Amino acid sequence: MLELRNITKRFGDVLANDRVNITVQSGTIHAIIGENGAGKSTAMRIAYGFYTADSGEILIDGTVCRIAAPRDAIARGIGMVHQHFMLVGPMTVAENIVLGAEPGSALALGVTTASADIRRLSGELGLAVDPDAVVDHLSVGQQQRVELLKALYRHAQLLILDEPTAVLTPREVDEFFAILRGMREQGKTVVIITHKLSEVLAISDEVTVMRDGRVVGRLHTKETNAAELARLMVDRDVLLRVDKPAATMLGATTLRVRSLSVRAHDGAARVDRVSFDVRAGEIVGIAGVEGNGQTELIEALSGLAEASTVSGEIRLGDQDITRFGARARRELGIAHIPEDRHRRGLLLEFDLAENSILGVHYRKPAAYAGGILLDDPAIRRHAADIIAAFDVRPANVDLPARALSGGNQQKLIVGREFDLRPTLLLVAQPTRGVDIGAIEFIHRKLIALRDEGCAVLLVSAEIEEVTSLSDRVLVIHRGRIAGEVDPKAATVDEIGLLMTRGH
Amino acid sequence: MILDDRARSAPTRSPFRHYSDGLLGELIFPLIAVLAAFVVGGVMVLVVGDDPIQTYRLLLGSALSWPDGIGYTLFYATPLIFTGLAVLVAFRGGLLNIGAEGQLYVAAFATAWAGITFANLSAWALLPLCFLAAILAGAVWGAIPGVLKARFGSHEVITTIMLNFVAVALVGYFTQYHYKAPGDPIMQTTMIGGGAHIARLGRFIPGFPERIPLNLSFVFALIACLLVHLFLWRTTWGYEIRATGSNPQAAEYGGISIRKQMVLAMAVSGALAGMVGINEVLGYRYRHYDGFSANYGFTGIAVALLGRNHPVGVLFAAMLFGMMIRGGIFVDAFTNNVTKDLVDVLQGIVILFVAAEALFRGPFASHRLLKRSKI
Amino acid sequence: MRELFTASLVMSTLRLATPLVLAALGGLFSERAGVINIALEGIMLAGAFTAAAVTYAVGNPWVGLLGGIGAGMLIAAIHALACIRYKADQVVTGTAINILMFGMPGFLSGAFFLSSGSTPQLPKEQLIPYTPMVMAGLLVPLTWYVLYRTPFGLRLRSVGENPAAADAAGVSVPLIRYSGVLVSGVLAGIGGAYLSIGQSSLFTRNMTSGRGFIGLAALIFGKWRPVQTMLACVLFGFTEAVSIQMQGVVKLPSGEDIPVQFIQMVPYLLTIIVLAGFIGRSRPPRALGLPYEKE
Repeated sequence: MLELRNITKRFGDVLANDRVNITVQSGTIHAIIGENGAGKSTAMRIAYGFYTADSGEILIDGTVCRIAAPRDAIARGIGMVHQHFMLVGPMTVAENIVLGAEPGSALALGVTTASADIRRLSGELGLAVDPDAVVDHLSVGQQQRVELLKALYRHAQLLILDEPTAVLTPREVDEFFAILRGMREQGKTVVIITHKLSEVLAISDEVTVMRDGRVVGRLHTKETNAAELARLMVDRDVLLRVDKPAATMLGATTLRVRSLSVRAHDGAARVDRVSFDVRAGEIVGIAGVEGNGQTELIEALSGLAEASTVSGEIRLGDQDITRFGARARRELGIAHIPEDRHRRGLLLEFDLAENSILGVHYRKPAAYAGGILLDDPAIRRHAADIIAAFDVRPANVDLPARALSGGNQQKLIVGREFDLRPTLLLVAQPTRGVDIGAIEFIHRKLIALRDEGCAVLLVSAEIEEVTSLSDRVLVIHRGRIAGEVDPKAATVDEIGLLMTRGH
Repeated sequence: MILDDRARSAPTRSPFRHYSDGLLGELIFPLIAVLAAFVVGGVMVLVVGDDPIQTYRLLLGSALSWPDGIGYTLFYATPLIFTGLAVLVAFRGGLLNIGAEGQLYVAAFATAWAGITFANLSAWALLPLCFLAAILAGAVWGAIPGVLKARFGSHEVITTIMLNFVAVALVGYFTQYHYKAPGDPIMQTTMIGGGAHIARLGRFIPGFPERIPLNLSFVFALIACLLVHLFLWRTTWGYEIRATGSNPQAAEYGGISIRKQMVLAMAVSGALAGMVGINEVLGYRYRHYDGFSANYGFTGIAVALLGRNHPVGVLFAAMLFGMMIRGGIFVDAFTNNVTKDLVDVLQGIVILFVAAEALFRGPFASHRLLKRSKI
Repeated sequence: MRELFTASLVMSTLRLATPLVLAALGGLFSERAGVINIALEGIMLAGAFTAAAVTYAVGNPWVGLLGGIGAGMLIAAIHALACIRYKADQVVTGTAINILMFGMPGFLSGAFFLSSGSTPQLPKEQLIPYTPMVMAGLLVPLTWYVLYRTPFGLRLRSVGENPAAADAAGVSVPLIRYSGVLVSGVLAGIGGAYLSIGQSSLFTRNMTSGRGFIGLAALIFGKWRPVQTMLACVLFGFTEAVSIQMQGVVKLPSGEDIPVQFIQMVPYLLTIIVLAGFIGRSRPPRALGLPYEKE
C-alpha cells in the first residue's frame, strides 16, 4: 500500500501540490484524474523520488519512507513510466532495461544474460520487443513496452503510469489495458494518471480526482459515473459554454488548404493530405486527441515548418503562400497564437514592451529609419495600448514577461496578434493553463474578432472549447480529417468517437 | 488606467534597465567574485612566502599612479574592452565566441598588411583603409563559425577553438615568409606607413607624457561600448540577435531567420575582436608582431562575464583586468617571489568564481534582491 | 619523400601521439558523461609541472608521475565541482582553468625554483620515456572495455546522452559525472607528466602548446569512440612528426623550407571538416554541456 500524506510542492510561485493525500491499495488499479496542470504528475513524481516534496510524507505499507531519489523508490518496489519516456535513444533495449540495475559484476555488464531475462519477461506479459534493437529505431508503442519492461525487470510491485495512452492508438489501448489487468492478476498494483474519463471507468478500481493542486475526490469506480467525475475535475461546466450568436457575416474563403501533408524527419506523415477551407467571419475548430498532427498543421500554416517537410497547397485569398516564410505570411495578415506560449510565443527575459513588437519589430510603429532603428517611445505606447485593451496585469511595460501569470502572458500574446488586424487567425490551445477569468475574456475576444470578419482556425484539446466557440468542427485523427460535425448538433460522444477511432 | 498612464508617461529608461536585478543586484556578485579571487590569490602569495597586503598595495598603487599607472592600465584595458564586447555580442545572440583570439590575430595582420601595402597613401585614405581591414578581417573570420553553425550545425565552441589555431598558423606563415624584413630574427612584419599611425593621448592631454602608448584607440573603445549598446537595444538587428539568443523558437515565430542571426552575431563579434588590431598595430607597435596577444581573446570571456554581458560592465571589467596586468609587472619586479603570473592566476580564479556564481548565491539566496533568472 | 618513412618517423609519431591519446581518452571519459572538457590543456599543464617538480624534489619519476596524476585530478575536481555542483557554464569554466594553469606553473616556479616558469633540468635516469607510451597503448582497449562492457561504462554513456533517463533508472547522475571528469584528470595528468618527465627532461612555460586542444580535436574527429579517437591521435601525431622531419630536409623547388604552419593546421582543419559533416557526421553526446536539473 502506498500513501501520500499532506504532500505540498511549490515550483517558484506555482503551488503544484497543496496538502495532497492519496492512498493506493495493493493489488488494485488506481486512477488519478484531473485536467492538465492539476498536479497529478507532480504528486506521483514525488512518490517516485523524482521530485522531493516541500512538506508531507510518503508511507509504504504503513511505515514512513524517505524517498529522495528514484533509486530509493526502485529499492522499495516502485516503478514509473513517464509521459515523456525516460529512455536513452542511442542505446539498445537491453542496455536501457538493465541500466542502473545491471545484472553482472562491476567488471562485466552481463547484457547477454539480461537479454534472456528480458525475453522471458516479455513472453510472460505479451510485450514482444527485441532486446538488441536500438531504442531510437523503435515506434512509440514499442518504446512504451521497453519502459514497462524496465520497471518489471526491477521487480516493481507498484507501477505508476503517467498518461500512458496518450501515444497509443485505440487498438493499442485495448491491448495495453489487457496487460494492466494481467499485472493486477499477478498481484501488482498499478497507478494510472490520466485526464480521460472513459479510461478511468474502463480500467480502474479506485479513483482520486485532483484539481488545482488539491485532491477533490476519492471514489470507488463502481460507485461513480462520468458526469460526477467530470464535475469534480472541472467544476466550471457552466463557464465553458459561451454565449455566442451564430456567424452572420460569412464572407469569401480566406484560407484554402488542399492536400496538405507534413512529414516528420523519419518520413512518417504527421499531417496526411488534409484539405479544408476557412471563410471570413467563421471560426473553424480542429478537435482531436493531442499529438494527431494539430501542432504540425498549425506550424505548416504559419510558415514555421521546415519547407522541405511540407507538400500540398495553402492559399490565402487568391495567393499561393505554400512556400512563404513566417514573416511573409504575417505581412499578408496571418496572425498566430501559438500552443506553447513559453516555447514560441514570448521572450520571457524581455520586457512587455519588447514582447509586444515580436513579429512586427522591423516595421512601424516599432522601427523607423528604414526599419533599422527601434523607436522606443512608440514601442512603449504600442505596448501600453495592448496592455490597456487586453487588460494585462500588472500594466507595466518594463516588467519582464516572465513576471506575469500565465493568463496575463496569454492576454499579451492575444493582444499582440489581434493588433495585426489579421485576415486569418491561427490559434492553438488559447486557454491552456489560463485562469477562468482570462478564459472567458479570451473567448469573447475571439468571437468579436470573428464578427469583424476575420477567419479563425482554432485548435484545442478541450472538446468543450472547440464545440462552444466554433461554427464548424473538423475532427483530426492521425493526421487526417476524420470528419466534419456541426458543433450545435453533435454530442460530445460523437465527436469523441471520431477523435479516438477516426470514423 | 492610472497604471497605464504611468507606463505611457515614463519618458526614458535607465541605461541599466537591461540588468535584470537592477544595478545593485548585478554589481554584488561580480564584486564578491573579485574579492574572493583576491583572497584566494592572497593565500597563494602567502604560500610562496610574500606578504599579500604588500603585494596588493604594490599592485594597485602601480596601476593607479598618475600618469604612468593609469595610462598603462587604460592601455592594457583597451584590447580587453574590444574582446569583451565581442564575446558579449555573441553571447547575447546565444553563441559562445571563444575564437576572439584568432579573430584578433587575423585582423591585426590584415591591418598591418593594409598599412604596409598602401604605405604611401595619405593618412586620410590610409587610416580608414586600415580600420576597414581590421574590422572586415575580424568579421569574416568570426562569420566562418557562424556560417558553419547555420549551415551544418557545427558547434561554435569547437570551431572557434580550432580556428584560433588555424589563424595563428596562417598569420605566422604570412609573417614569416612574406612580410618579414629579410634577416630580422624576430617574427614581425615590416613597419606600416606613417599615415596609419594613431596619435597617442599624450599629444592631447597636458602633463601626460607621449611615451605612454595609450592612444586614441582607447577613445574608439569607449565609442564601441556606446555603439554596441545602441546596436543591441536600439536597432532591429540587435533586437533580432537578442531575441534569437533569448529564445530561438520564439524568434523564429516572430519571423526572424535564426540562421541569419547566427552569422550576423558572429560577424559583429569578430569585427569587434578585430578592432584590437587598431590598438596594437596602428596605435602601438606600427607593425604586426607575432604572438602579441597575451590571451586577450580568452580574457575577453572573463571581461564579458564579469561585466554581466553589458557594455558598461565590460568597460569596468576591462579596466580591472588592465589594472591587474599593469600591476603584475611591478609585482614581478618588486617582490621577492611573486611573479607577474599572479595576474593569470587571479584572472582564472575570477572567471571560475563568476561562472560558478551559485557558490555565492547559496548564502544569499533568501535575499529578494539577489534572486534572478539566468541571462 | 620515401626516405622519410623510416623507423624513426614511426617512433616519432608514437612519441608525439602518446600525450594526445592520453588527453583525448581523458576527454572521452568526461564528455561521454556529458561534461565538456576544454580544460584538458590546463589539466595537462598541471600534470606536466607537478610531475617535473615532484621528480626534482624526490628524485623519483614514479613519485613524480603520481604527483602529476594527483594534480590532474585536483584540477579536474575543480572543473567538476563548478560544472556539476554549481552548474557553471562548462566552456567558461574550462577556459578559466586554462588561464589559471597557464599562470600557475610560472607563479610557483618563480618562488620555488627562482625561474621564470620552468623547472630545473632532470638527469636522464630520472625520466620515464617509455612507460606512458605503453600505458597510452593499453588504455585504448581498456577504455573500450570499460565504456561498452561494464556497468560503469553503461551508466557513463547514459548520463551523457539522457541524464533524466539515467536518473529515473536509479543512477546517480552527479556521481557518475564526477567520476568521468576525475578519470579525465588522471589521464590528462599522465599525458602532461609524459611531456615533462618522458619526452623532455624539464617543465617549460606553456609546454603543452595546444596539445590538450588537439586531444579534444582528436576526440571529436574520432566521434567520441576510443579506437577511432586513438587513430585520430596517431594521424595528428604523424602530421607533427612529418613536419618536424621535413624541416630543413625537404625544400620547395624555390629552395625554401616547406612552411610548417600548413602542416600544423591539418588537425584543426580536419576537425572543422568532420564537425561540418563533410566526412561522416560526428555527433556529440546529446546532453554534452548541459547541467542536469530536474525541470
